[in-house]
Amino acid sequence: MYGKKVKLRALFIVLIFFSLVLTAFLVFKSLEENVVYFKSPSDVKNLTELKAKKIRVGGMVKENSVETFDNEIKFIITDFKNELFVSFVGSVPNLFEEGKGVVAEGFLEDKYYLKADKILAKHDENYMPPEVSEALKDKN
Amino acid sequence: MLNYFNPNNILKIINKLQKFVFTLFIIVLIIGLLEALVLSPEDYKQSDSVRIMYVHVPSAWISLGIFSVISILSFGILIFKNKNFSLITKSLAPSGFVFNIIALVTGSIWGKPTWGTWWAWDARITSMLLLSLFYLMFIITWRITENNDKAIKISSYIAILGLINVPIIKFSVDWWNTLHQPSSVNILSDTTVHSSMLIPLGIMTAAFVLFSLLIFLMKYNTELIKIKNKGLDRL
Repeated sequence: MYGKKVKLRALFIVLIFFSLVLTAFLVFKSLEENVVYFKSPSDVKNLTELKAKKIRVGGMVKENSVETFDNEIKFIITDFKNELFVSFVGSVPNLFEEGKGVVAEGFLEDKYYLKADKILAKHDENYMPPEVSEALKDKN
Repeated sequence: MLNYFNPNNILKIINKLQKFVFTLFIIVLIIGLLEALVLSPEDYKQSDSVRIMYVHVPSAWISLGIFSVISILSFGILIFKNKNFSLITKSLAPSGFVFNIIALVTGSIWGKPTWGTWWAWDARITSMLLLSLFYLMFIITWRITENNDKAIKISSYIAILGLINVPIIKFSVDWWNTLHQPSSVNILSDTTVHSSMLIPLGIMTAAFVLFSLLIFLMKYNTELIKIKNKGLDRL
């Protein structure tokens, strides 16, 4: 159907493409550490050494763990296996709430305590009007 | 089939199609904006800032979709030397790029009130930025390369290279920890956007698709006229 040249070109381009895909895959596989935006409290626990570098830890804000003082806020990040204690001075984003996702950026004092200098709220994938959310709560 | 089409006939059809698409776009956009800004409810957590979604999400979808089309056509260009495909990819790129930028900018505006930051180097945002660079390279190639055949070749290779980035954008939120939430609108699993918000999202997507189609037709028209003026009846 197609000439020899077309077939040769097709083979050439498909080969180039797949070798590029493979390269990209290997690069991302080896860079996994750096591609993730935050670590979980369990990852932090498994760290072999504490670096003096900034770190981001994410998870859920543990229910009933938020304590606020003047403008300091203390709470616990949990991934339901391990927990990390966080303290932060400043104002938190609107979506910051107990039982919701959060990412804290700062320096680790030890494996269970993070002094954050930035708090980001992580949104979940649910979108609904307030009435529906109320109705769902009533059901539970 | 494509080898025998005559620019003169195509030009007439495109002109008619342009007017039709334009009218349809205005109608759908008005309905979409009304739904998105007035009729749809606010979110239980984000309240009114959820309305940015109706611009942000369709823009991201379309920039990804257009790039995928460009890449797939680029295979055709390189393998079969189809000149018409290269006109199509060249005409598609600007609207894809514009929607990519819109997605990045609205994302930034949305990120500040919800996440608490304008910008984060999470996998999805970074790969989206990379996509805009691929678009930019693609468009610049056509601008700076004087030899037409060379421009076709280089831009097609850029598009194929960029195709690797497309699944990375799509699945970044599943593969790695990102600040972005997992995807809400799914074909295989449950969609977690309430129907009262999904409808405006769908209409706005339709409006944006029509807009990019309109820009595409205009660009394509221009390209055909350029060829016609060079005294070539056929591609």
